[in-house]
Amino acid sequence: MDSIQYNALEQHKEERNAIEILKQLTEISGVSGDEDRVQEYVCQLIKEYTDNIEIDSMGNIIAFKKGINSKFKVMLSAHMDEVGLIITGYKDKLLKFKSVGGIDERILLNKRVSVGDSKIPGVIGAKPIHLQKKAERTKPIGIDSMFIDIGAEDKKELERLVPRGTFVAFDSKMVEFGEGCIKAKALDDRVGCAILMDMIRYKFDFDLYCCFTVQEEVGLRGSAITTYRVEPDIAIVVEGTTCSDVAGVEEQFHTTKLKGGAALSFMDRTTVYDKELLDFIKNVAESNNIKYQLKKTVSGGNDSGRIQRSLEGVRVATISIPCRYIHSPVSVMSKEDFFSSRELVRAVLNEINNKGGVNYA
Amino acid sequence: MDIIKLLEQLSMQNGVSGFEKQLSEFIASEFRQHCDEVQVDHFYNVIGLKRGYSTNPKKIMITAHYDEIGLIVTSIDEQGFVKFSNIGGIDSKILMAQEVIVHGSEELFGIIGAKPPHLLDESQAGIAVKLEDMCIDLGMSVESVKAKISIGDTITFKAYPTELKNSLYSSKSLDNRSGVLTLIMILEQLKGINHRDDVYIIATVQEEVGLRGAEMVAYSTKPDLAIVIDVCYGDTPEVSEDEAFSLGKGVALGVGPNLHKGYTNKAKQLAEELGIGIHIDVNPASTGTEAWAVQISRTGIPTVLFSNPLRYMHTMVETLSIKDIKATARLSVELIKAGVIN
Repeated sequence: MDSIQYNALEQHKEERNAIEILKQLTEISGVSGDEDRVQEYVCQLIKEYTDNIEIDSMGNIIAFKKGINSKFKVMLSAHMDEVGLIITGYKDKLLKFKSVGGIDERILLNKRVSVGDSKIPGVIGAKPIHLQKKAERTKPIGIDSMFIDIGAEDKKELERLVPRGTFVAFDSKMVEFGEGCIKAKALDDRVGCAILMDMIRYKFDFDLYCCFTVQEEVGLRGSAITTYRVEPDIAIVVEGTTCSDVAGVEEQFHTTKLKGGAALSFMDRTTVYDKELLDFIKNVAESNNIKYQLKKTVSGGNDSGRIQRSLEGVRVATISIPCRYIHSPVSVMSKEDFFSSRELVRAVLNEINNKGGVNYA
Repeated sequence: MDIIKLLEQLSMQNGVSGFEKQLSEFIASEFRQHCDEVQVDHFYNVIGLKRGYSTNPKKIMITAHYDEIGLIVTSIDEQGFVKFSNIGGIDSKILMAQEVIVHGSEELFGIIGAKPPHLLDESQAGIAVKLEDMCIDLGMSVESVKAKISIGDTITFKAYPTELKNSLYSSKSLDNRSGVLTLIMILEQLKGINHRDDVYIIATVQEEVGLRGAEMVAYSTKPDLAIVIDVCYGDTPEVSEDEAFSLGKGVALGVGPNLHKGYTNKAKQLAEELGIGIHIDVNPASTGTEAWAVQISRTGIPTVLFSNPLRYMHTMVETLSIKDIKATARLSVELIKAGVIN
């Protein structure tokens, strides 16, 4: 085997390993406010590469990799939490619930869920079409008329097994399909977590902080406190973002394109991004031949909004991986975009390292 | 017999109405383990015969349909998204973010998607998503999609069988693979029983598109008594307890003009004597089951209807109780044993 073949084989093995980690990450239940299991998994895998791991009062992980000269600090941020449901009460033999984070109610019917720490299987059923009156057939079913069925005999059994306030996650195993695509729940933002878990393995001149944050989906809560602890000079958020290049959507509304490469944000609902930092990242992508795209619409938001306004203001950028059907049990991502984004984050860190910072000129 | 395993196998197989050929082989092989004769007709109805001891036997026919609801490819757009229509009654509201298998030149995994909620205009608020506004995403280029699938290919739902608490079981196609399981359980129990009449155990096709398989086999079998095994509604919020029954409490016995009064009363009496739980499933006209077609075949066939209560009918999370399937099988066997036909 020549060295080129050997390298290709090594690269393939490394990529399979990264996908396997992503699979495990997405299959963990970690609804906002209930991230413990994701936190445990991440800590366990990054422990050997970090100089220090701190867990704060909300459950954010602040993983520290000391730099060679520690002249400045770079913070990477990805959130561990996912959208899900929470049990609010009981209706006969069934569970009532509300959503945690933004969920399109239309996607909830006819889904399997995993209830609580003991992962009790449940289903969200619907009144059969045969029994719906004509007006009901064309009306959407609201979340207040949906229930989770775990097969309980009565309310008493439910109260014992599923106390009010129990968190519920979608039950969805990762599937690789089509041409290099992946279906999974929680790609937003376990995909970012996977990239951070990779970055913490490298050593730079500067101090690197990888923050795995909590409660992004309920109002960018975790990142509000990590930035104060880290006091970074530069921050980069790594996100799973919306991708609306689907049938029925006009091209001008395609936020990002699947297989269009790493998505860079110039503005969204929470942040007007630092122009120089964005240009710096674009240049890095271009000089390294890494596929990228600009996120074309200004909707949505992420932890950048918090980070930018922390302390006396922090320079922040977002690098995102496009995910179709985001916030559903069947989010779809392209492996190609995942690897482009990972490569870009790595290349940006290298360039910051080489330049001793981000060049303003 | 491992009931759960067999139900899982039956539910995970695919056989949309009109496309049952592949599944007919699996069912025929199960029937062959217990029957004296098994035939598969031109439309893939699977007909098993278990002979009785009488030299002049009567014929009891027991049917359960094995087709399932599904989708069919109607077009492929310029980006490679697949448009579809339904086969059988499907509530479009349950299709969003659903996992499917498109049966092209190979089996392709796909996701049902639609316009994201923030891009819907106000005129669409308060209106349920329509079938024509959804499409299947195969994660492939339009060229690859067109090379692998054609208009008219069938689409089935991806099955994720799940055991719930208290012997409840959830999966796709339990309407009516649970009936097919009941048939196999009846056959197994008949093994040790010396019954007088010939018993025709039949898994039928195309029920979901108009009770068609049952119409064919009722004519070809010409039975003296027919037992139809299907599902009925399980208890569901907003649905009256008169027409939707608790799970795990027994067989739902159909009553009404569609069903034979004498034999139905006989079944009821047997259930009461033997302590088999029953619900009375009142049907003022059509039962919506094969009983409707069978009753008026040839010169008329006395028909009874045994149903397994099922929640969330025609979804991918149909839910029923294993206990009820056992009760339905037992009551059917008892009715055969009783030699009720004069």
